[in-house]
Amino acid sequence: MAINKVVKNAEEAIKGIENGMTLMFGGFGLCGIPENCIAELVKSNIKELTCISNNAGVDDFGLGLLLQKKQIKKMISSYVGENDEFERQMLSGELEVDLIPQGSLAERCRAGGAGIPAFFTPAGYGTEVAEGKEVREFNGKPHILEAALTADFAIVKAWKGDTAGNLVFKYTALNFNHVMATAGKITIAEVEELVPEGELDPNHIHTPGIFVQRIFQGKDYEKRIEQRTTRSRS
Amino acid sequence: MLDKNGIAQRIAQELRDGWYVNLGIGIPTLVANYIPKGITVEFQSENGILGMGPFPFEGEEDADLINAGKQTVTLQPGASIFDSSTSFAMIRGQHVQLTVLGAMEVAQNGDIANWKIPGVMVKGMGGAMDLVASAENIIVAMMHTNKKGESKLLEKCTLPLTGVGCVTKVVTNMAYLEIKDGAFHLKERAPGVSVEEIKAATAGKLIIEGDIPEMKL
Repeated sequence: MAINKVVKNAEEAIKGIENGMTLMFGGFGLCGIPENCIAELVKSNIKELTCISNNAGVDDFGLGLLLQKKQIKKMISSYVGENDEFERQMLSGELEVDLIPQGSLAERCRAGGAGIPAFFTPAGYGTEVAEGKEVREFNGKPHILEAALTADFAIVKAWKGDTAGNLVFKYTALNFNHVMATAGKITIAEVEELVPEGELDPNHIHTPGIFVQRIFQGKDYEKRIEQRTTRSRS
Repeated sequence: MLDKNGIAQRIAQELRDGWYVNLGIGIPTLVANYIPKGITVEFQSENGILGMGPFPFEGEEDADLINAGKQTVTLQPGASIFDSSTSFAMIRGQHVQLTVLGAMEVAQNGDIANWKIPGVMVKGMGGAMDLVASAENIIVAMMHTNKKGESKLLEKCTLPLTGVGCVTKVVTNMAYLEIKDGAFHLKERAPGVSVEEIKAATAGKLIIEGDIPEMKL
C-alpha cells in the first residue's frame, strides 16, 4: 500500500501557510490554476506573500483575487499583461515584482526541485535581467547564472490524482504545474478527480507522488477561458 | 505596401519542410495560415504543445487546451504535450528551427526590444528572451515605422533589450531585410514600395546592392 496523502479539502490543505511565506502556483494564464486553494487563501486573509507564478491572473480571477485584497507583497513572474490592478500596484511601488524569462522561470523551479542550486543560461544576457548576475562564456557564447527557486508551499492543479499523490494533467494545463510540484517544501495538489491508488496507469503518471504531500478533490471548477478563439464551420 | 497578412505570407515562404517553428503573438501567428503547399512543419507553443492546430470550431473550445497567447486551440494528429521546462529545453537546446516574433525596435546589429516601455507598459518578457537567446534563425515580423511614423529599424535600440545580436531577418510592411555585419541589407521591396521610400523609413544603416526586386506573394 502506498503512502496516503489525502486531505479533506482546500481549508485543510492550506494549513500551515503563514504571513510572509513564499508560494508557487502552477498554471499558465488561467489554464491549470489551483482555483480552490486560491479561493481559500483569499478567505484566509494571509498576507505579505511572495508568489511565484508564470502569470498573475486577471483582475477578478486567479491570483488577481489575492492582489485585489493586497495579500501579495512580491510577485515573481514572466508575463503579467492581463491585469490592470497588478500594473497599478507595480507602477505605484506597492507591489515588488521580479520579471524573469519564462524558460528561466521553469528551469529555476526544475533546478529547485532537483537539488541543483544554480545554472547558466543564455536567456537575458545583455538585458536588464542580467544585472548583478555572474556572466560566463561557454562555447564562445555568454551565459548568465540563474539561481534555483523553491517555495514553502507549491500549489498545483491536476486533472486526475490518486491517494498516493500521483498526478496526471490534461493538455496544456500541465504547463508549470509539474516543475512547481517538485519545488515545494510542501506541495499541495488539488485535482478534478481523486481516485484510489492503483487506478491510474503507472505508465501515464506525469508527476510521481513523492513530490506531493497533500492531495484533495477540488470542486466547482470555473476553468475560465481568457481568449475564446474559434473558427467557423463553413 | 503589405498588410499584416501580407507580412505573414512573405515570412511563410521562409518555412522549410520538416521544421519545428515557434510563432509569437500577433502577426507571427498569421504565418500558420500560409504554409507553402507540399511541406510539413510543426508549430511549437511554449506553454507546452508541439503540433498545434487551428482554432477549434465554436462549441469545441477546451479551457485546458490553449496556446501561449492564451487562445483556445486544437491539436494536429501526432501532437504532443509537455511541461514548461521541457518546452524551453526544446527552445534552449536549439531543437526548434525557426522563431518568428514581433518587435518594437530592431537594431542594425540584430538587437531586439519588444517587452517593455519603461513607466508605460510593463507586461513582462514571457518566453521571448529565452527564444531570442537560443534560436539560430529569428525572423522579426513588424511594421516598418511606429504609430508616430518613426523608424523601428535603428542604429541602436532605445528601449530595454530582449536580446542582443540575434535577429537574422526582418519582414515589414515595406521590405524584406537581412541583418549581417552590423547593417540591414535590403533584399526585397513590398509591392508598390520604392527603394527611396524604404531608405527614408529606415534609421539604421541600410545596404542596397544592385536592383532590389519586388516581393512575389
